Amino acid sequence: MYAIGIDIGSSCAKTAVTGGNGTVLWLDQMPTGWSSLEAAEEIRRRLLAAGYDPEEAPCVATGYGRVVVPYAKKAVTEITCHAKGAQKLFGLSDLDVIDIGGQDTKVICVRGGSVRDFLMNDKCSAGTGRFLEVMANTLGMDSPSLIELSGRGGNTSISSMCTVFAESEVISLIGKGERKENIAYAVVRSIAKKIASQASRLNADGARTVLTGGLCEADELRRALGEELGKDIESCKEARYAGAIGAALLAEKL
Amino acid sequence: MSFELPGQFAQFGEARKNGFLRVKKIKEDGGKVAGTFCTFTPQEILDAAGISPVSLCGMSEETIPAAEAHLPKNMCPLIKSSYGFAVSNKCPYTYFSDIIVGETTCDGKKKMYELLGRMKDVYLLHLPQGDREHALEQWTEEVRRFRGFLEDRFGEAISDEAIRKAARLRNQERACRRRLLELQKSDPPASTGYAIYKALEGAGFYFDVNEVCKELTRLADSLEADYAAGKRPAAPGAKRILVTGCPIGGVLEKTVKAIEEAGGVVVCFENCTGIKAMLDDVDADAPDIVAAVAEKYLKIGCAVMTPDKRRMDLLRKLVPEYKVDGVVEIDLQACTAYAVESYTVRGLMEELDVPYMAIETDYSASDSGQLATRLEAFLEML
Repeated sequence: MYAIGIDIGSSCAKTAVTGGNGTVLWLDQMPTGWSSLEAAEEIRRRLLAAGYDPEEAPCVATGYGRVVVPYAKKAVTEITCHAKGAQKLFGLSDLDVIDIGGQDTKVICVRGGSVRDFLMNDKCSAGTGRFLEVMANTLGMDSPSLIELSGRGGNTSISSMCTVFAESEVISLIGKGERKENIAYAVVRSIAKKIASQASRLNADGARTVLTGGLCEADELRRALGEELGKDIESCKEARYAGAIGAALLAEKL
Repeated sequence: MSFELPGQFAQFGEARKNGFLRVKKIKEDGGKVAGTFCTFTPQEILDAAGISPVSLCGMSEETIPAAEAHLPKNMCPLIKSSYGFAVSNKCPYTYFSDIIVGETTCDGKKKMYELLGRMKDVYLLHLPQGDREHALEQWTEEVRRFRGFLEDRFGEAISDEAIRKAARLRNQERACRRRLLELQKSDPPASTGYAIYKALEGAGFYFDVNEVCKELTRLADSLEADYAAGKRPAAPGAKRILVTGCPIGGVLEKTVKAIEEAGGVVVCFENCTGIKAMLDDVDADAPDIVAAVAEKYLKIGCAVMTPDKRRMDLLRKLVPEYKVDGVVEIDLQACTAYAVESYTVRGLMEELDVPYMAIETDYSASDSGQLATRLEAFLEML
């Protein structure tokens, strides 16, 4: 028997199917679009097309759209699911998870296999995927290209954590003729600093730190974060599915 | 005697209109009303002077824009809301207050009282800021001065006997409030925390202390009877949460309600409307009754004190007493005293090995979704 985990985030919806013994059988992602409810229906169609029936199998939903998945047996927060999924992906029971989501960024401290503490940004979009998106937009590119470009820049900084103010800072840098890669560098450093200060509020006891969420393959961001935190940040390409995988693992236990 | 209603009275909603009419009636019957803001206000002195104390703590964001014409944006929503109610004449209790009594608690309130004093009659009690050996003596003198002020202001002597009588009645009220709060010690608890909080908050608007005692007793009796009959208002296995921090009347829905909707149950409120001001009574037979009143109030733990040992001692005691699974600190935006002290509380909870989470919020609805997720995740963690 298989189990299904669905993670409906603010920008991307992820699905994972696991084989009942923790093995990952199928992963899928798609843009969430404007309606979580419609996203949930589209996920149902995609699951059925791949041969998995969400009405038959145990299914757990997570992410901000978790409460609108009609066929899910249970809704669990993304904190718990990312912690679970990251433990599985990295084979660790003591680790710190940094999940950069579309509208929130979480730092989750896992010890002995359970969440011991976590922090999540509240009202403000500083340090989230949305922050990057707005800045990338201003520079006429997408977030992954901005992060990649930042690797070739340096020597510039923006000081505003607030997305709105940071955007005007970026615009004035553009006006001054600053090179694009330097602006990209400033943006990535700013987000890395913000997340690092969030992460440093949780006890750092030398546990390994991993990056999950949609930017898991953005190596330059991972490097910048590592430099700010003074440690290596690990990730893998499945880490964007950590929430969905965690949800599926929890569904196995239903 | 007749009293005017504010010009925009007709535009107010039913509940607020009723509030205006009720307090107008009290005044027309010769009663006097004192607006208060804090658990440190020595109510017995007001009672003995025949003045009914009523809380003016603003709990709605409705009047914040009006307040921001004078006050900074980055300030505690409770202070802004309260001030806004006074500026806009939208609160019946502020409108009909004969006097407003404040204390030198936090900086924000202290300075707000100065501005409030330009439109209302404000009396400020100087509260000691910590544990100096002369703190009680100083505070006793303040309470004595307050008594003298009221005597002059309203032209009537306040007798020791009247203060003793008021103390006995307020001791009774505190016992009733304690009883209701302590019902939550049972496992599973006798009520939702939300219902308990609402009852305690509502009791502050009765004006008649005997009536308050009667109502709170009736509620506690019925909760006890229901419990004995097997009724369990909290979800089975609900995690037991202690709430500490700032006054939460204005954020109750997105915090306490959210905790209880996510499968937790608030078993203890350490903060203002909760247990901290109800634990100690006044020794009504003490030789110096004013000193006895002062002593009771100075025992309240609050982050405006430095150091705030009393709050830490109380939390240390409450956690095992109420079999607490997790502690949630609710701080209002820009409340420096509580925000800084939350680091100390976190340390205490680490020592007690109890999971702890601090949230900072204001009166807007903009963060309710994220707060719900954080609270839910905290409960999943327990």
